[in-house]
Amino acid sequence: MGDENELSQTFEILGGDFGRAGSVSTKVKEILKEIGIDPSVIRRAAIVTYEAEMNAVMYARKALFTLRLTPGQIHLKIEDEGPGIADIDLAMQEGFSTATDEMREMGFGAGMGLPNIKKNADRFLISSLVGKGTMLSVYFYLNQEGNG
Amino acid sequence: MSQYYYHSIRFDTQKCQGRMKCMRACPTQAIRVRGGKAAIIEERCIDCGECINACPSGAIVPLTDPFGELTKFRHTVAIPSPALYAQFGREILPGKILAGLKKLGFDDAFDLAFACGEVSFAIQEYLREYKGPKPLISNVCPTIVRLIQVKYPDLIDLIIPIDTPREIAAKDIKHKKSKQYGLPEKEIGAFYITPCPVKMISIRQPAEKGKSYLDGALSITDVYGPLLSAMESVGKESFRKALESICILGIGWAMVGGICRTLRLKNSLAVSGLTEIIKVFDDIERGKLRDIDFVEAYSCAQGCVGGSLTVENIYSSYNKILKLIETLEFEKIKACPDIRQVRKLYAEKYFSLEGKIEPRPLTPLDKDLGKAIQKRKEKEEVYESLPKIDCGACGSPNCLTFAEDVVMGKAQLTDCLFKIPERIKQNEG
Repeated sequence: MGDENELSQTFEILGGDFGRAGSVSTKVKEILKEIGIDPSVIRRAAIVTYEAEMNAVMYARKALFTLRLTPGQIHLKIEDEGPGIADIDLAMQEGFSTATDEMREMGFGAGMGLPNIKKNADRFLISSLVGKGTMLSVYFYLNQEGNG
Repeated sequence: MSQYYYHSIRFDTQKCQGRMKCMRACPTQAIRVRGGKAAIIEERCIDCGECINACPSGAIVPLTDPFGELTKFRHTVAIPSPALYAQFGREILPGKILAGLKKLGFDDAFDLAFACGEVSFAIQEYLREYKGPKPLISNVCPTIVRLIQVKYPDLIDLIIPIDTPREIAAKDIKHKKSKQYGLPEKEIGAFYITPCPVKMISIRQPAEKGKSYLDGALSITDVYGPLLSAMESVGKESFRKALESICILGIGWAMVGGICRTLRLKNSLAVSGLTEIIKVFDDIERGKLRDIDFVEAYSCAQGCVGGSLTVENIYSSYNKILKLIETLEFEKIKACPDIRQVRKLYAEKYFSLEGKIEPRPLTPLDKDLGKAIQKRKEKEEVYESLPKIDCGACGSPNCLTFAEDVVMGKAQLTDCLFKIPERIKQNEG
């Protein structure tokens, strides 16, 4: 498959920018709908994008979100500059959260973010360096038979 | 993808002056102005009626039924939306309105608020047993159902599968009348008195089942004048009697929040106006509103009282419904469906939606995923070359839609005012 069948788009997310939080997931959703991706995959991708976006807004200084789409798969990559995660296994547990009281008051920080991302992904990779940042890589596989 | 969709509006090309107000007002970008005339893209239209309100030339005609339709049936019944009561409030009470409708030529007129009350109980039953993903979304506004089918197909399973009060009432009335008069059900005409054009579509082309129990819809605007005169000759009835049969639970369905009030849920949202609804649906898609049980959504601001085919100012009619409810409460009117009876009927699936609402997502940029991806990239490139001021002079509602129209071969790049230099060059070359 050539380059021309690949769509790649990068968005920047700023830490603490709650006002615009959610805009990346709206954009990603729009693109996937126009291309005619299966609604159930769009739903999962929208949830993953939003959770990842919120994680970046809440914990990171900034992050780069990349959507890469080919006829076979959707690849979402989120690389942030932030505190990193000391114990990934712990962060992956439902209910575990380092959110502040303010974040919780806003309805975030229920400790469902990362587990929710993993649950909705077909493939999920995470790596983190304390003091540097975290990288998430999420894949959705597309059934290539029929579009629309 | 070539399925034909009925729509509740018609463009009068004689009257259309191509002023593009409708195109800009359309929340689903379903209108283009080509050759100075507005035209609709069938698959994109969700029948919200925003264009009717926006048109300064009266060129967009809602397609509701004329009174003449009544002659097609042996026995006719009017079922007014509670929004009709909202036009009159406490000044003319529901009992008199129903009597007035009979004077207009209907053989009978039924209060819909009672069925609204029944359906409230049925929704309560459904929510109590429901264990799936949340929030569930009300299906009472057909525009919302169509919005989900077209733009949020991934939310389709959240639409509550309980039929609407108007359908339940028509089914029940036809059944009873047919027994009473020994007439086949098809000779009984049930007409909805509607505050908006979309109900017409939900009757002609229901989103879920083959056929509606209703036979047509007359607009409140068409009925209003004749009804006022007809009511003059309605004899005075006692204040109490005019209210006695009106169900307090159901009357609130005319305005946003009316359903939620009756459900007594821990967490529910009542939303009206398409721009607001789109924000809420975006949040549902992101999985942000999982702790909400139920979302009541109306395309028109303030709910059905805000319909484009109503007469009264929408805030006045909202207030009038509130006052009517207060009066009912004060008078201790107890007309209310029997919850045990509703539970029994619910168990028999009497309230269940017949058939399934299927998504009808917009045709993708291309059937082939690879080509669709290429076209999406082209669209982005075209868009980047545009002024992004959404002037609409090209005949597409904004630069992004124009870019898509160009990629799909439905518009020329040189239709853009800012591409005039290129256009001149082309003509010279």
